[in-house]
Amino acid sequence: MTEIALSTRRLDKNFGSLVVARNIELNLPKGARYALIGPNGAGKTTLINLITGMIRPNAGQIFLGDEDVTVLEPQERVRRGLARTFQINTLFPGLNALEAVTLAVCERHNIAGEFWRNIAAHREAIDEAHEILLKLRLGDSCYQITRELPYGRQRLLEIALALATRPKVLLLDEPAAGVPQEESGEVFEAVASLSDDLTLLFIEHDMHVVFRFASHIIVLVGGAIFTEGSPAEIAADPGVREVYLGKRKHG
Amino acid sequence: MAAADTISAPQHYLQSLGRWSAAEIAFWLATLLPFFLFPNYLSLASQIAITALFALSLDLILGYAGVVSLGHAAFFGIGAYSAGLFSKFVWGEPFSGLLVAALLAGIAGYATSFIICRFRHLTLIMLTLGLGLLAFEVANSAHWLTGGSDGLQGIRIWPLFGVFKFDLYGYTAYSYSLAVLFLIFLGMRRLVNSPFGLALRGIRENLVRMPAIGAASRAHIRKAYTIAAIVAGIAGALLTQTTESAALESISFQRSADVLVMLVLGGAGRLYGGLIGTIIFMIARDQFSGIAPQYWYFWIGILLIAVVMLLPNGILGGLSKILAQRRRK
Repeated sequence: MTEIALSTRRLDKNFGSLVVARNIELNLPKGARYALIGPNGAGKTTLINLITGMIRPNAGQIFLGDEDVTVLEPQERVRRGLARTFQINTLFPGLNALEAVTLAVCERHNIAGEFWRNIAAHREAIDEAHEILLKLRLGDSCYQITRELPYGRQRLLEIALALATRPKVLLLDEPAAGVPQEESGEVFEAVASLSDDLTLLFIEHDMHVVFRFASHIIVLVGGAIFTEGSPAEIAADPGVREVYLGKRKHG
Repeated sequence: MAAADTISAPQHYLQSLGRWSAAEIAFWLATLLPFFLFPNYLSLASQIAITALFALSLDLILGYAGVVSLGHAAFFGIGAYSAGLFSKFVWGEPFSGLLVAALLAGIAGYATSFIICRFRHLTLIMLTLGLGLLAFEVANSAHWLTGGSDGLQGIRIWPLFGVFKFDLYGYTAYSYSLAVLFLIFLGMRRLVNSPFGLALRGIRENLVRMPAIGAASRAHIRKAYTIAAIVAGIAGALLTQTTESAALESISFQRSADVLVMLVLGGAGRLYGGLIGTIIFMIARDQFSGIAPQYWYFWIGILLIAVVMLLPNGILGGLSKILAQRRRK
């Protein structure tokens, strides 16, 4: 039996009468690459917000490994190895890439509260940050201030920041959103080159990318899991095509 | 891969950010000029150094962590009254007075930081304003302790090291204030180049992202706020000790507003902004109030409007932008 890295039990969330998550049951085995797909408004980002603790569920539980993290603060989940990226760039505009990633590394090392020593004294944190940036091919722009980075590089920095927390489970919310199609491959190449131990859940609209990178696909519709299965099963499912494209047969 | 004992390039880069520049050294050498050029203005110079220290403390929370305060004088006032009362009821030795003032202001800062760290923007401005007004009225109504609007009577400060008296010429006062300002500035400079300084900038740049990189932002904000309160308290104590008086003005809204104006004029988030802003503001006040004592805020108003419209990052922000453009050419 494979080890489960992330799971949810009967997760429910509604805003007033609007149901955004209904009875969500997830089981991500360690090292798996799951894609989360579904039409706009299906509740994909909401599910990531629920799992990471940015919003609280009305009912249900979230487990990271064996540990129940349902009531933990977002930063406590991050420290236990659950990281995310954002669909809309949520970076530090006034910091350069090296500073931003070094900050994330310092937080993980519990040295970010140290105010009596120059940051350059923490060589290991700086070198680690630099290595992460090199891995994502951001080495030549690591001294450039974030707001002046080209958009595609900002998307990579999103991933770099998440990696700096050294996650066991990484949730990617449309990592290539807004990146021209010819360049989106670069973002996913970077994702694909991540360690095999890392468990991934990513939201993506481009079906070529989904079928290429996912080992398993979950289809979310109206806040509930419509179906799930291997890429081949999902591709063959006529129901998925129907709900996903919003086309209904008449008659 | 570079050899293990050499400094790596990114480390070298971060180290270079904390290096002293020629302009910085020139600035601090220039602070000694009043002793030689304006010996009649040493009292004013001392007041400037004290207010600059106060502006420095506001810069830590506003300029670095993005925590706006309109009630920062509360801590300045707590420091001012603590130092006064300590000299009155315990003894007049100045350094121990500074420590007591720092401690009490720090406790007040730590206590209020639990509220402060939960809010941002307008709510935070109103909260700090409310806390500042509260502190003022407590000082005002506790007439038996603070002397209320008459000011605290009976402050006697012993000579510095038992030798240097606080005289009318302000020689001791300026030496003392400047030395304390410089020492605390060194500490602040270290702080902003530390991992904690980076975390504060992270909070300022994007509070939403901080939890997503595992940061406990509220703990960071509480720490910064407490440190800022301690420094403000020391500034207040310096004012009491160098003038041998403590008045309600030290804890007033006017003082909170003035220091904010000074910081914004000079440029927040760069340490020297508060210092430069204070120098300009206080010299302008001294000069303009000689011409038209009641209306001198008119000119400060014009200066403030001009700076925020033309130089959004203050005078220093504008200067560094011009220098950067020059360098690019």
